[in-house]
Parts: sequence; structure tokens; C-alpha cells
Amino acid sequence: MATQEEILSGLAEIVNEVAGIDVEDVQLDKSFTEDLDVDSLTMVEVVVAAEDKFGVKIPDEEVKNLSTVGDAVSYIASHAG
Amino acid sequence: MGILDGKRILITGVITDASIAFSVARLAQEEGAEVVLTGFGRLSLVNRIAAKLPKPAPVIELDVTNPEHLAALEANVREHVDGIDGVVHSIAFGPQDALGGNFLNTPAESAKTAFEVSAFSYKSLAMAALPLFGERGGSIVGMDFDAQVAWPGYDWMGVAKAALEATNRYVARDLGAKGIRSNLISAGPVKTMAANSIPGFDRFEGVWDGRAPLGWDLTDAEPAARGVIALLSDWFPKTTGEVIHVDGGLHAIAV
Ligand SMILES: NC(=O)c1ccc[n+]([C@@H]2O[C@H](COP(=O)([O-])OP(=O)(O)OC[C@H]3O[C@@H](n4cnc5c(N)ncnc54)[C@H](O)[C@@H]3O)[C@@H](O)[C@H]2O)c1
Repeated sequence: MATQEEILSGLAEIVNEVAGIDVEDVQLDKSFTEDLDVDSLTMVEVVVAAEDKFGVKIPDEEVKNLSTVGDAVSYIASHAG
Repeated sequence: MGILDGKRILITGVITDASIAFSVARLAQEEGAEVVLTGFGRLSLVNRIAAKLPKPAPVIELDVTNPEHLAALEANVREHVDGIDGVVHSIAFGPQDALGGNFLNTPAESAKTAFEVSAFSYKSLAMAALPLFGERGGSIVGMDFDAQVAWPGYDWMGVAKAALEATNRYVARDLGAKGIRSNLISAGPVKTMAANSIPGFDRFEGVWDGRAPLGWDLTDAEPAARGVIALLSDWFPKTTGEVIHVDGGLHAIAV
């Protein structure tokens, strides 16, 4: 079971790889769209990559609720198998 | 034994695993076909989605409005297969001001974009892929949304689909001599990226529930994809220029 920090750093690597955003900028309180400028297709790719990396399924209707990095980290933490 | 055993199929339009083209690619592989995908813009995303298919499938970049991409398609496909037996056109795009109830005020430029990407591109793709077809010909299949009536919010995409239906007939006419069939699947609504970008798409939900004799599931692209597979197979040998409805039967029912 991954810890919050492990999930955050794993997610930061994904956001870096997919969107070219600095790993240090990916913090729990950051909003994907407002702060990190992640558009909807980029978000789709982040989600697909996170699903593979953490072995979770993040349904489409759930993605709308993940507005900050922290939301995504908590979702993954509570659903990762 | 699958109904596409030994066939090589070029499939456009995969962007997420909800894409109708993704279901087509999955079923095509399950039915024995070798699949080559094309992707638009987000190639890294398309590659990640392609990795979810039962078997590996190469991804070639193709913006169907880009003459260079179209010209390079034959050579790019030949790196993976030595010819093709079928092509799937699963591409549509309408600018936001061409959709969502702005019909009477949409600028010509936006209507033209919807036409170019969603209808004219059917001919462009057919021509780009033509040299890949062998002596036995093959099958081209496109994705339609019933253009015989006006829909809420669909607007200039609806006009583009009417153009696609006509383009299909002319492609059928002009490629018939080469043994190439051209047909469309007119599908009921499926929740995909393209559908979610149509304002008011949710208004379709109730319509299908009440009227489609066979019922309809907006989250299931498989019925439409099965129609595509059938048209790619050898089981519609003398059907071309046709539009086949895979919509739960809604098109046949008034109220
Ligand atoms: N979803 C529905 O309710 C529905 C119903 C009937 C028909 N269709 C049709 O099915 C087809 C596929 O759409 P979908 O619903 O699977 O959505 P989708 O968003 O998954 O697919 C649309 C595809 O079009 C591609 N595309 C856009 N512009 C392009 C360009 N210039 N060059 C190459 N590709 C380009 C996108 O990359 C994407 O892969 C479309 O023709 C659509 O109109 C959809």
C-alpha cells in the first residue's frame, strides 16, 4: 500500500511526463486546471497513466471531482488495491 | 475463427477507451484482424490507450486535414502491414460555436471546419488509403449520427453528417469498380469525448429510453462497433453507399 507521499511523488512524475510541469510544482493544494494549466485531454492522459501506475480505476464521472492534486491523491489512496 | 481472420484494418479515431473506434479495434482483434491505428494530436495518449487493446497495435500520426500526413499514410502503414482490407473513419469535430443552439449565428468558418474534418475527410482518408487496397478490394466504414432530422444542439455537426452521408454515396460510386465498399453506421448516442463536448448532449438520454424498441445504453459503444465489424467482414459483399442504423431502432419510430 503506497503512502500519501509516495502517491504524490508518483503523480508528480506522471504530470511532469505528460504535461511537462515541474515536479516541485505539483503540490496537494494545486488545482489541475487553474494552477497547473492542465486541459481536459491532458487530464485524461494523467488519469490513464495514474490508473496503470497505481492499479486503480478512476471512472469518468469521478474525474470531474478531482479538481486539486490533493483530491487525486486521496482518491488513489482510498481506492488503490 | 473470427469473421475478420486474416484481414488488416486501419482504424482512425481512438482517443480514449470510450471512443467508438476503441471498441472497433478491440472487437476487430478479437475477430482475428491485424489492426493499425492512427492518432490525432495526442499521440502519447493514443499510445497509452492502444496498450489496453488485447494485442499490440502500432499508432501512426494522422491529422486528416493535413495533406502531408495524408500523403505519408501509405508508406507509414506499409511499415507495419503490406496492405489493407478495411479502413474505419471515426472522426468528427465541430468548433464550439457550431454546436449547442447557436445555429443561426455560427460563422461560415466554423461550419466549414465541421464539414472539412467530419465529412470531406471521409474522401481524403479513402484516397490516402486507396493504394493500400489489393485486387480484392475491401471495405471503408464511417460513423454517422442520423442526419435526416434536426437534433437539439447538434447544429452544424448535423449538417456535416448530412454531407458525410452524401460523401459516402459518392465514394461508393467512384470506388465500386475497384471492389471497395463504402458504408456508414448511424449510431445512437454514446458518452465519448466528442459527445461530451456537445452542449445539451444529455437531452438525448431520455429520447432513447422512451422510443428505441430495443432500448439503448449510452455507456456502451459495443453495439455500434459490432455494426462496423460486420461491414468490414465479407458478410455484406454487395452492400455499398448504405447507411445502417445501429440505434436501438429509434429511427423507425415516430413517438
Ligand atoms: N458518441 C456518439 O454519440 C456518436 C453517435 C454517432 C456517431 N458518432 C461518431 O462516431 C465518430 C467517433 O466519435 P466518438 O463518439 O467515438 O468520439 P471520440 O472523441 O472518442 O472520437 C473522435 C475522434 O476524432 C478525432 N479527430 C478529431 N479531429 C481530427 C483530425 N483533424 N484528424 C484526425 N482525427 C481527428 C479525435 O482525435 C478522436 O479520436 C465520430 O464520427 C462521431 O460523430 C458518435
